[in-house]
Amino acid sequence: MKFIKFLFVGIFFGIVLVKSEAVSWYRIYEMFKFQSFHMYGIIGSAVVLGIISIWALKKFKVKSIEGNEIKLMPKDKSFIRYILGGSIFGLGWALAGACPGPMYILIGTGVYSMLIVIAAAVLGTFVYGLLKNKLPH
Amino acid sequence: MDSILQPWPWYVSGPLITLVMIFLIYFGKTFGMSSNLRTLCTIGGAGKYSDFFRFDWKAQKWNLTVVLGAIIGGFIAVNFLSDGSAIDLNPETIKDLQELGFNNAGSTLLPGEIYDWDNALSIKGLAILIIAGFLVGFGTRYAGGCTSGHAITGLSNLQLPSLIAVIGFFIGGLLMTHLLLPLIFA
Repeated sequence: MKFIKFLFVGIFFGIVLVKSEAVSWYRIYEMFKFQSFHMYGIIGSAVVLGIISIWALKKFKVKSIEGNEIKLMPKDKSFIRYILGGSIFGLGWALAGACPGPMYILIGTGVYSMLIVIAAAVLGTFVYGLLKNKLPH
Repeated sequence: MDSILQPWPWYVSGPLITLVMIFLIYFGKTFGMSSNLRTLCTIGGAGKYSDFFRFDWKAQKWNLTVVLGAIIGGFIAVNFLSDGSAIDLNPETIKDLQELGFNNAGSTLLPGEIYDWDNALSIKGLAILIIAGFLVGFGTRYAGGCTSGHAITGLSNLQLPSLIAVIGFFIGGLLMTHLLLPLIFA
């Protein structure tokens, strides 16, 4: 039963991303062409509200549902892994038109060929794990 | 009810995505979809090949449950919450795509030119899907997160690394969209 809340959050997430059209290849293409404000509005408003929300959670020392202090892990300090990894991710994002969240969601919308993309993404993650110690971080 | 069935505007969708992040933080977790790809590697036995995959994947069951929900959410959204409205793309975008050989842009969520089985299983089409997926999977782990972990959560938490990663997302995305897509599809 403790998983049911995660199932509901996932369902909500899936519905929002389809209804916002953020799962659409076309919307990603249009975003990278700077031909619409739509995706920038979605990400921008999510981040602005997110900054305010996380600030408020910290400010008022809100406890998690289990009564623990809310802690967000800071990301490791580095430059090269973020710029290189991010660029590689961006190449794939603009080609597939989907990042990991939408990949799963699109399976639900009936685009089963997305399973090929997901399998390849798992393979990409696996190869990163193999090469991790040889890559600059 | 009509406004639910039509596409939702950005100022509704964006804040609802924030809500997803806040729920997960309130539940003591974090919003990160690409982590599940690593979990799948571990379940598949990748721990035999790299330390990176040696962790207790059962601690990630909550996140796999989010994925299962997301799939169900996608199903519900297209089958019960949509009126079949076309995506209201910029006419310029539609024209640019026509020049690349994409017809009826916006009438479905994804272009059949890439995702219909006929195309997906051609040699070129299969290569496109595999390369795209591989780049996403490799890049997101190298960068330590994807759109949910960096662009939404990281930026909301004012993390400089996430800003660098998002700049990277755009370097790669702009390169693909402006230079490579015309070579791949022209």
